[in-house]
Amino acid sequence: MAFDISQLDYSLIVPDLMLLGLIFVALGLDLILPHSQKKLIGWVSVAGLIGTVAAAAASWGVRENFAGVLRIDEYSVFFKITFLLAAIGIVLISMDYVHRFLPNPGEYYGLILSGTLGMVLMAEANELLTAYIALELLSFSSYVLVSYAKTNLKSNEAGLKYIILGGFSSALLLYGISLLYGTVGSTYLPDVNTAVARFGELPPAFSIALALITAGLGFKIAAVPFHMWTPDVYEGAPTPVTAYLSVSSKAAGFALVLRFLVGGLLPIQDQYQTFFGLLAVLTMTLGNLVAIQQRNLKRLLAYSSISQAGYVLVGIASLTSNQEIAEMATRGMMLHLLGYVFTNLASFGALIAFQNASGGRELITDMGGFARRAPFAALAMMAGLFSLAGMPLFAGFVTKFYLFSAATRAGLLWLVAIAVINSTISLYYYLLVVYEMYVRTPPGFEAADTRAHARTMTTAAASPVAVMEGAYGTTAGTVMEASYGGSAAAMALALAPAATLSAGNGHAGNGHTTGHNAAHVDTHGSAHGDGHGGDPERPSIPWWKRDITADMPKEQSFPPHRIDRSLTLGLILFMAGVFFIGTYPAPVIDILQAASDALFARS
Amino acid sequence: MLTDILGPSFPYLSTITLSPFVGAILIMFTPRRSPWVIRWIAALSSTVSLLLSVVLMAGYDWQRAGFQFRERYAWIPELGINVGLGVDGISVPMVLLTGLVIFTGSIVSWKISDRPKEYFALLLVLVAGVFGVFVTLDLFAMFFAYEIAVLPMYLLIAIWGSTRKDYAAMKLTMMLVAGSIFIWIVMLGLYVQTGARTFDIEEFARLQADLPAMFQIIMFPMAFIGFGVLAGMWPFHTWSPDGHVAAPTAVSMLHAGVLMKLGAYGCIRIALWVLPVGAQFWAPMFLVFGTIAAVYGAFSAMAQRDLKFVIGYSSVSHMGYVIVGISTLSLLGLSGAVLQMFSHGIMTALFFALVGSIYDQAHTREIGIFGGLARTMPWFVGFFSLAGLASLGLPGMSGFVAELMIFLGAFQTYPVVGVLCVAAVAVTATYILRLVARAFFGPPNTRWSGLHDMLPNEWVASVMLVITLIVVGIYPSPFTNMIQASALPIIEKVGGVR
Repeated sequence: MAFDISQLDYSLIVPDLMLLGLIFVALGLDLILPHSQKKLIGWVSVAGLIGTVAAAAASWGVRENFAGVLRIDEYSVFFKITFLLAAIGIVLISMDYVHRFLPNPGEYYGLILSGTLGMVLMAEANELLTAYIALELLSFSSYVLVSYAKTNLKSNEAGLKYIILGGFSSALLLYGISLLYGTVGSTYLPDVNTAVARFGELPPAFSIALALITAGLGFKIAAVPFHMWTPDVYEGAPTPVTAYLSVSSKAAGFALVLRFLVGGLLPIQDQYQTFFGLLAVLTMTLGNLVAIQQRNLKRLLAYSSISQAGYVLVGIASLTSNQEIAEMATRGMMLHLLGYVFTNLASFGALIAFQNASGGRELITDMGGFARRAPFAALAMMAGLFSLAGMPLFAGFVTKFYLFSAATRAGLLWLVAIAVINSTISLYYYLLVVYEMYVRTPPGFEAADTRAHARTMTTAAASPVAVMEGAYGTTAGTVMEASYGGSAAAMALALAPAATLSAGNGHAGNGHTTGHNAAHVDTHGSAHGDGHGGDPERPSIPWWKRDITADMPKEQSFPPHRIDRSLTLGLILFMAGVFFIGTYPAPVIDILQAASDALFARS
Repeated sequence: MLTDILGPSFPYLSTITLSPFVGAILIMFTPRRSPWVIRWIAALSSTVSLLLSVVLMAGYDWQRAGFQFRERYAWIPELGINVGLGVDGISVPMVLLTGLVIFTGSIVSWKISDRPKEYFALLLVLVAGVFGVFVTLDLFAMFFAYEIAVLPMYLLIAIWGSTRKDYAAMKLTMMLVAGSIFIWIVMLGLYVQTGARTFDIEEFARLQADLPAMFQIIMFPMAFIGFGVLAGMWPFHTWSPDGHVAAPTAVSMLHAGVLMKLGAYGCIRIALWVLPVGAQFWAPMFLVFGTIAAVYGAFSAMAQRDLKFVIGYSSVSHMGYVIVGISTLSLLGLSGAVLQMFSHGIMTALFFALVGSIYDQAHTREIGIFGGLARTMPWFVGFFSLAGLASLGLPGMSGFVAELMIFLGAFQTYPVVGVLCVAAVAVTATYILRLVARAFFGPPNTRWSGLHDMLPNEWVASVMLVITLIVVGIYPSPFTNMIQASALPIIEKVGGVR
């Protein structure tokens, strides 16, 4: 791997250099711009990232080494574009949150970009020390980002835990790399491949090296039993950073693991199939089972992302000596990671929308009625959660199906069965969140966004209850309470602010509300009249003029949450990605075909 | 010929499947304050599907048995998923059933005024999935559509439902998705074991002779149970009564009328046709399950006090007849099972539409409380009585023809089962007639003197369903001809009684 420094072809790393320049632009703008205009940095970053995506796409089809340490081929370009798109998404969904809740918004964008640079280099690395340096670049950016909310106790705790455990696992990784160097004689992955193919029996030092490297990389992808940092760090970090860690950082870890396993260790892969299978089972199962218990939405998404890593580990276990099946498994993993990026960003984006509107709340039970007030964000959350559960129409189904087909062809039907059972279990806790958003409309849930409403709630509470009791009679009223899912008091309290809104403030679109209370009395009266048919005092209404909706409860109106433009744009992009991959994955699979060919080709 | 209007190369099947889906998307973009636009979009997209399914019925040539109205689309070529669409004599009645139930269901749902936008969008997506299952010949696409048909149920029941809706919605969704685990395994197992680089069902059926017998014997119960959970087969039926009771009217109509038939259809199309060796081995066990369902369901229905629970358990019982018909592995039994799927679907849709109309006014469904409703609600009682008579298999209505064929098939193979099923019919008659007598006839309860009779939209829906029941009961041969013609190849493959 000797190279001539004067002969380097810098055009290969143009996207990386553009990203580097963008970091400095972002930091520079932070120094120049006044605080009120710092959102511009976010938009500039997005523009720069789009340019970088274009530059990366332009290098599709190239298969070259750069300075012997980086390999630019379709595989690295695919992951490069994935990370850049994820970064665009994260910047879009962060903008409002960062300016509401975090200090020094300008540096935030710089750190996101530097982490992305680290990820891009991880995907390109063809040599272990370069991979290590890239991984550290990502890690250090992440350490700072996790503790970014300087005055928040949980954020500080999360940062401390992350840096200590992260440093420890980096040390393990480095020790493993050095032992590997000792047994193989080179850190250059193609050399490792050649040496490993020649091993008759694996030297003990080599096995120890692999164990240490697994521990180090397993930390990054949050595989069990290296996952203990994940729930606390995800919960404590600011939510956009959590999204960043769960999506990009994990995908980068897997990009590196795949490059290492396929580029370096493929000849001995069969020996480790059961080991990786076991790792996959532990990861999926623990992630899913513990997630059921969670009350904090960020923690639930943390455990769910642990189990998603387990599904990708199923793909790793399917890497066999049969190259066709191994390529299919690789494509499955890459497809799943791509779908996972869109899916998780949709979920986190919706969560950020909720936090922006509710002042930073993150418990599942706080989300009651979210679908009524922010229907688009709730739809994005639902789409993300159903995609994570592997339901059709969403990306998660197609990607998991592809992955499991590859695993079945590798002879791992038992593992696939466990994976499918886990998918079903995960549907349960995702439905809990969907239930909170769509079904529950708790009393006084507008209190989160009400300053004017609060004082009027109690006064009007009595009247709707009286109206209901009088109109329907007590027993029927009780039956109706139970059947329409809430106590009469709850409905009354929910009605009350809506009723007083029309009297008080000038909110739009609540012509329904007073009509609602009146409608209870009126329509019941008219129902009486129609039933009596031959009642002499009132003429009976002809059948085509009857109000057929008379018996049913009317829709209440709720003041909508305002969602920031950038966040809406991000959610639209993610949902488009989720639905596109979920319904028509063929073009993406064609792209992956080229990427997996590149990975398996000898350099 | 009706098919000449649009021509033979018009993509009937994809239009039928996608029309509700397009309707759902249009509804998502309709503003919330125009509920009548939403209602008409839903009605129109259901009408398109209904009309085309009638054309399908008229245009299907039963003498040329086999899949007709074929289409083919490449979806994921790398996995060999080229979605073939096609219907045969078993699918055509199912498609017609779905068209009728969704049309009447969406008409009956016009009265929903709390979030009608989400309601109709979810309902139409569900129906698109149901149509997809019936028309596709590719196992991947069938599973895809199956899950689309199950998932909206959670929100539909949990938001707009009634008694214990949260519990029922979660139980139903989790049990149905857990059942689909088995289908995953069968699907992937077939993909790899046959060595076919495709999920085409006909291809699997053609290659089944190469499948080792042990593989078929292991996979068959998984496939049958996986689909059987959706069919409400005992002992996996427990989601069904709770789900029926909790769901809003149109969702109950779809659920009992169509969704449970999806499961039975999967049993026939996948389990019987692709795994015949396994069918021969396991059929007696599932015959026992079906008989238990028929008898147990009937007795449970007799004990219920809530009107919807009676109908829910009666659905378990009638689907028990379907499972019996399938498991006898006889031509008469299988044909009777398919006709029973159609007939019961119509009948139960009618039941739920009627129960919905009275529940929305009275806010109770307790049978003992009602009394003498015939005086104030003559149309309602008339329709309900006709539905009840169809349920107990009165000659002249479609239930009789279907049950007769099933019992003949049972007597050909396992006479004891036949005896038990006929006894279950007697129990059905008991609870239906007692229900009708107690709730609708007799001295009027003044508490209900304020109730109005059926609303115009409910009346139209009920008339359509009743007419279907009677027409098929008097003149079933268009149905039975096409069903028997398509059941014959399956029975021959399984080596059953002709």
